[in-house]
Amino acid sequence: MMEYFFYTKQLTVGYNGKPLIKDIEIRLSKGQILTLIGPNGSGKSTILKSITKHLKSIYGTVYIGDRSIDDMSNRDMSYQVAVVLTERLRTELMTCGDVVATGRYPYTGMLGILSEQDKLLVRNAMELVNVWDLRDRDFTEVSDGQRQRVMLARAICQEPQIIVLDEPTSFLDVRYELELLNILRTMAKERDITVIMSLHELDMAQKVSDLVMCVKGEYITHFGTPREIFNRELIRELYELSNGSYNPLFGSFEMERPKGGAKVFVIAGGGTGITEYRTLQKKRIPFVTGILHENDIDYQIAYDLASEVFFEKSFERIGEGIYQNALRRMKSCDTVINCLKSYGEMNERNKDLYEEAVSAGCFNFISVDFIN
Amino acid sequence: MEMRDESTKRHLRYCVTLTIFAVLFVVLVILNINLGSVTVRIKDIISILFNQGGSVTDHGIIWKVRLPRTMAGIILGGALALSGFLLQTFFNNPIAGPYVLGISSGAKLTVAIVMVMVLSKYPAVSSAALIAAAFVGAMISMGFVLLIARTVRRASMLIVSGVMIGYICSAITDFIITFADDASIVNLHNWSRGSFSGTSWEDVRVMAVVVLLTSAIVFLMSKPIGAYQMGESYAQNMGVNIKLFRIMLVMLSSMLCACVTAFAGPISFVGIAVPHLVKSFLKTSKPLAVIPVCFLGGSIFCLGCDLIARTVFAPLELSISSVTAVLGAPVVIGIMVRKKVRG
Repeated sequence: MMEYFFYTKQLTVGYNGKPLIKDIEIRLSKGQILTLIGPNGSGKSTILKSITKHLKSIYGTVYIGDRSIDDMSNRDMSYQVAVVLTERLRTELMTCGDVVATGRYPYTGMLGILSEQDKLLVRNAMELVNVWDLRDRDFTEVSDGQRQRVMLARAICQEPQIIVLDEPTSFLDVRYELELLNILRTMAKERDITVIMSLHELDMAQKVSDLVMCVKGEYITHFGTPREIFNRELIRELYELSNGSYNPLFGSFEMERPKGGAKVFVIAGGGTGITEYRTLQKKRIPFVTGILHENDIDYQIAYDLASEVFFEKSFERIGEGIYQNALRRMKSCDTVINCLKSYGEMNERNKDLYEEAVSAGCFNFISVDFIN
Repeated sequence: MEMRDESTKRHLRYCVTLTIFAVLFVVLVILNINLGSVTVRIKDIISILFNQGGSVTDHGIIWKVRLPRTMAGIILGGALALSGFLLQTFFNNPIAGPYVLGISSGAKLTVAIVMVMVLSKYPAVSSAALIAAAFVGAMISMGFVLLIARTVRRASMLIVSGVMIGYICSAITDFIITFADDASIVNLHNWSRGSFSGTSWEDVRVMAVVVLLTSAIVFLMSKPIGAYQMGESYAQNMGVNIKLFRIMLVMLSSMLCACVTAFAGPISFVGIAVPHLVKSFLKTSKPLAVIPVCFLGGSIFCLGCDLIARTVFAPLELSISSVTAVLGAPVVIGIMVRKKVRG
């Protein structure tokens, strides 16, 4: 049995005494990363604020290392929890270094003067998130992304047990988003820091989290490992996706499948089809594709975008049955796009398919770009 | 090791500013004692101050009139600047101050009421009673401002509300003064326009105790004030007891403002202009550095303004507020233009 470091019991959160989400049961061990996902306005921030005591919970208790946060003063909390909030910080004449140094607040004396040790920790934290160069720049004059990293450095040098971040990647470009999540992972592993955050990027949530909680509606319905949470149906329901789909393998989303009877047949496989599928989708042209193997990367996208997919079991030669079906369907199309440039043993029937198309005098293209 | 360079630079900047301020301070103190309807030579001043020398008239002028008045300028000016700094921190608004938020006017109103009520029966009002009255008035105004601030989140609307509260209080004060006894009118009238004149040593003693004590507490609160500059949420995360801190800040700023109003009446713009100037000189908003310099800056500003008020049209005396407004209001406008105060 694992020893939980952070847990909640029947936590009910909301504003002005009105419960928004009830009976939240979070259980986290040290060094784990929990990510809250869910649609806008579902209450992710509300939960985070209740955990950090910025919002009074309506019912239930939050425990950090067996101590209820209700029994902890703000000062006690400051040694345990550091936050990175979404609200925009307005500072006056403060350098980035000054801002990071405020993380040392709980440890400095009466007048808040930094010791050499404090200064070293500030520097280490800033170097860790790559903002040491910004130390003398005014906090209001750096970019949003830089500011976000400065705030992370601030949280790190507070030396907390838990870091709570509300949408930490909102203003970051891909490079810094990856960097930030990497740092969180490192902190979790090397310093045993527990991380609780909300994220919009599901692909990132899937990759960085140990546990994921889906926030939507009055009760938390799903709380589990990424493996459990990230599946087609659950995510579709969570975000009420009606005009797109979610692919758990890539953690990515596809646009809506083009509607109507398909008059285009795409011969593809081995990743050659994906670009064509997406282009067809953009042009709102419904299409049929084949013959793919179930383990083909094209199959993943075709599943969401194509009106119909002809496929064979993984690692099997394309069988006669499926070939005949595909051929029949292809003959009912006006256009055939062949993405394949070479054929192997497993998919050589696609070559036959293509030759049939040529001999039948269909319009033939090597790319959808030629269709207007 | 460049961080060390930066901190040396800051240190240097701090020392330079402090030196300039100290020199200005000394010069202004001397000028304030020196100049006036009767000019006392500097050589005589020294002998009067330290050797009990000089003519009897000069001795009287300096010890009974100019020195207490100068002391009032020093103490109350510092108090005003600090009060402004606290309010700016509290409301996270660079143009908040005791005067524009109507807190001075609230204090003025209660002081006027007490004065009229007491002076009709007794010959004088004790300074302590006046401070208490001013404190009550300041807190009432502050209460209204806080109520408005809770519902109206826009920075500029807060100021507008404060100005309105100020107008209401001033109107009622005028009303009270109009119907007051003839004897107290002259006194009240001068005072209600803002002036350091007529300060006695007893007043100086009381204000010194109240202001210096309050300011010392403010200085000791530098650390949480610094945290609060980062906003309430982060301050809480740093371990500040927000409720207690907010109460303290309201009480301290009201106390400082009340003390000024009780003795010198409402004085405008010092509370906004001085903290802003000090911060831009020091290039930091760190309370530990700003608070002492702010106090000194307030003293200098008020000494200068009082000097102008007394001497420019001598023997006529301007109200100190007219001078502080002329010098301070442009600074406020400058802040608004530079920072494009939101809302």
